[in-house]
Amino acid sequence: MSGCGDVRHLYIHLPFCASRCGYCDFVTVVGRSGQHGAYVDALLAELELERGVLAPRLESLFLGGGTPTLTGPRELERLLRALPPADEVTVEANPETVTPELAALLRDCGVTRVSLGAQSFQPRLLSVLDRRAGPDDVRQAVYALRDANFDNVSLDLIYGIPGQSASDLDADLSQALALEPEHLSCYELEAKPGTRFTHAHGAELARQAEAMESYFERVVARLTGAGFRWYETANFCRQPSLADGRDLRSRHNLAYWRGRDYLGLGIGAVSTIDGRRWRTTPRLGRYLAALRAGQGPEREVEPLAERVRRSERVLLGLRLDEPLQLAGLAEAVDADAVNRLERLGLVQRGEAGDALALTERGRFLGGGVTAELLA
Amino acid sequence: MELDRIRNFSIIAHIDHGKSTLADRILELTETVTGREMRAQVLDTMELERERGITIKAQAVRVTWKGHELNLIDTPGHVDFTYEVSRSLQACEGALLVVDAAQGTEAQTVANAYLAIENDLEIVPVVNKIDLPQADPVAAAAEIAELVGEDPERVLRISAKTGEGVAEVLDALVERIPSPTGDPGASPRALVFDSSYDQYRGVVAFVRVVDGSFSAREPLRAMAQGTRFESEEVGFFSPTMRAAEALGAGEVGYVITGLKDVSRLRVGDTLTSERNPAGEPLPGYKDVKPMVFAGLFPTDSDDYPDLRDALEKLKLNDAALFYEPETSQALGFGFRCGFLGLLHMEIVRERLEREFDLDLIVTAPNVAYRVLTKAGEEVEVHNPAEMPREVERVEEPYIKASIIVPKDFVGPVMELNTERRGRFDHMEYLSEERVLLVYELPLAEIVLDYYDQLKSRTRGYASFDYDVIGFREGKLERVDVLIAGEPVDALSLIVHRDGAYARGRALVDRLREEIPRQFFDVAVQAAIGSRVIARETIKAKRKDVLAKCYGGDITRKRKLLERQKAGKKRMKQVGAVEVPQEAFLAVLNLDGGKR
Repeated sequence: MSGCGDVRHLYIHLPFCASRCGYCDFVTVVGRSGQHGAYVDALLAELELERGVLAPRLESLFLGGGTPTLTGPRELERLLRALPPADEVTVEANPETVTPELAALLRDCGVTRVSLGAQSFQPRLLSVLDRRAGPDDVRQAVYALRDANFDNVSLDLIYGIPGQSASDLDADLSQALALEPEHLSCYELEAKPGTRFTHAHGAELARQAEAMESYFERVVARLTGAGFRWYETANFCRQPSLADGRDLRSRHNLAYWRGRDYLGLGIGAVSTIDGRRWRTTPRLGRYLAALRAGQGPEREVEPLAERVRRSERVLLGLRLDEPLQLAGLAEAVDADAVNRLERLGLVQRGEAGDALALTERGRFLGGGVTAELLA
Repeated sequence: MELDRIRNFSIIAHIDHGKSTLADRILELTETVTGREMRAQVLDTMELERERGITIKAQAVRVTWKGHELNLIDTPGHVDFTYEVSRSLQACEGALLVVDAAQGTEAQTVANAYLAIENDLEIVPVVNKIDLPQADPVAAAAEIAELVGEDPERVLRISAKTGEGVAEVLDALVERIPSPTGDPGASPRALVFDSSYDQYRGVVAFVRVVDGSFSAREPLRAMAQGTRFESEEVGFFSPTMRAAEALGAGEVGYVITGLKDVSRLRVGDTLTSERNPAGEPLPGYKDVKPMVFAGLFPTDSDDYPDLRDALEKLKLNDAALFYEPETSQALGFGFRCGFLGLLHMEIVRERLEREFDLDLIVTAPNVAYRVLTKAGEEVEVHNPAEMPREVERVEEPYIKASIIVPKDFVGPVMELNTERRGRFDHMEYLSEERVLLVYELPLAEIVLDYYDQLKSRTRGYASFDYDVIGFREGKLERVDVLIAGEPVDALSLIVHRDGAYARGRALVDRLREEIPRQFFDVAVQAAIGSRVIARETIKAKRKDVLAKCYGGDITRKRKLLERQKAGKKRMKQVGAVEVPQEAFLAVLNLDGGKR
């Protein structure tokens, strides 16, 4: 089972979805349930081709999508059992797919963490997002996971939905907290150019932009007030004191933010290893055909110059609530900008000047602050 | 040629009233050009002139008619070139005053007719375009006769287009215009009434010889400026350059000087011989001073050297153009340019863009101010940013504006002039329908959008011209714009006290819209000295994050930040505030200012 490389983080993309949500721009495949088996075969074939880069033991394995839990249970089980073991195994799930049986199956296959795409608890807003699940589906899913002994459940929420008032947002946060998740990811809705969603709601979003400006602050205030650690721009986890001392940060995602190498398998999946980044073809047919023929799938390769890697370390590292160690990264940071931003109370230097962190306000402005900081 | 066989004249006409067509007909009728050589408006050489129908540079053409030498001196048609016009007129003894039979007298015609009368020119009034169906030659003749104090019967009625009456015009020139006076035996003196720069031959001076004569290979001197050179060639245009052995008293022609820069030989100067110098120059030389100033900046800062070269080249042929390097906080490196007036500015801008292919930002124009500082020092200020904050007195240029409108629009025009700090001078009925209004106005009040306003409030009927009449003290204030407490030099302006609040408010509102929100609250203020007259706050951004960033998003997010970073680099830094160039443009740009 084990490889002899040193990549400790593996991402598996399962693209299948029951339908496509208007705001989504991920690589997804709607329908094609007949191809789930072939896709799992291809994933395992691709894994065999890449196994050499993986460390003997993985720290994290993450099954994302798409809707991984839409993959037929038998195929999902076959995949999970064939994947190398990892300390943290996360599966993303849409609430309506999480039955007690599926929960038990995931648990049985070694999954340690489930990330549920709740998004909102209000039917009106869920329908704006084209989500199939209702608020009850979310609750049922959480109960099913708890019944199957999952002690690490994350909920995804989206805020800034067209028509969402501040009290709607508060209600969503309350209902999410009521389910006592270990982890929450809260994303501001991005109306990406060219999506069906932006076409339908872009103008309304622009109108509401000013009213929604405070939502991010509202989310952070509410969740930190409820004992959550705002450990990354969009991610929160229960403080260890409220979780039997456990560190509930997503280990897999921490790897991205810390600039670790990772291998991604499946269509559209991205890998970054040894200064090279590549994206596997997003085209299902080509992917399946290549691997059926025993060949690696097409990839789009992006070499990462040392300078680029340093910039990325800064932009990723500053998303976290822990100071970024500047050793080896000094060239990526504009010292004048640091001084300027420090005066504005947006960044803080470590005492020895060897680390850099954003202040709380700096974190709310993290994008612009980082753009300014980068040399 | 004997003096009594020479006639020197110019044609005064409003744009489109047929000056060039009449000149063309005269050239044909006198067989100066053959039909085959004839092309419309042969006297206008530059592409731009042909398109705009404006003659920028005067030229002189010699024709012969019934044993007489007639020199047609073509004058620039616009008030911005009043000085050049007056010099051209000084070279003449008479002028054809041409009025469109359908349009009647225009303000510009009035201004130039007065200029001609002041120069003691014999005026030969002509009503043109009598062939047009809507022509009213009787009314037009009455108007023009009234204007110049002439018997309406003596007003010639012609059609330059068909040629009808043009021979009679030539006859009238010979009969009515006096021959030049001058002393062929005296030390040579010639008036430089225009000059032009030729890439190969250097500066070509257009001259009217008053006394003595000039020939080639003769050491000459320009008396006012003291410039010395040797004439390489003398001659006349007929209509192309023809070398002559000499130019005698009373004659008009050119002198090729070999000088490499028109600024060394200014219009209005007197040429004399080094060997036989005249004691006194001809009267009336004036160093023309630009009155309207604006900053010219290349849109792309890399084009700065090209702009400098282009201005240098234009200056070779345009002695009135003034420029000096200017550095603006907001717009980078450029030039502060001085122009005779708005049209001159427009022409320069168009030539820079068209002939030199430059993309320019032209700041809103301002006038020249004469300032007496508290320290008792007199300075001339061309740029609001240079206006001392402590002043004893400020004077601004005033103009006398002549506006001709149908009588129904007198009210709106008076209203506009009052808004613009105008002082009513007088009003005359040119006919039952048409009224001449004369106002004195600060030049500063017309440099921005006066002409557009005048046109729109009179449904396009008004015609307008002006003459600078001098400097007068004004209650003028320097308004500064401060962004986060930092004064922004490029945005300072000088306004009359009564308009200061409104202008300051408008500027601040505009900037608030244009400056993107920053990491901190930004105050935008307009202030007179330490007194803030308008203030707005641009609220700090509250969020600026990329929501999601996982393994598959990193490249895209990085590129986004790189773009954001590049965008920041293009911003102009005012203290800690990043201001996009567009924000300055919205406030500074000439076109933006008009909106």
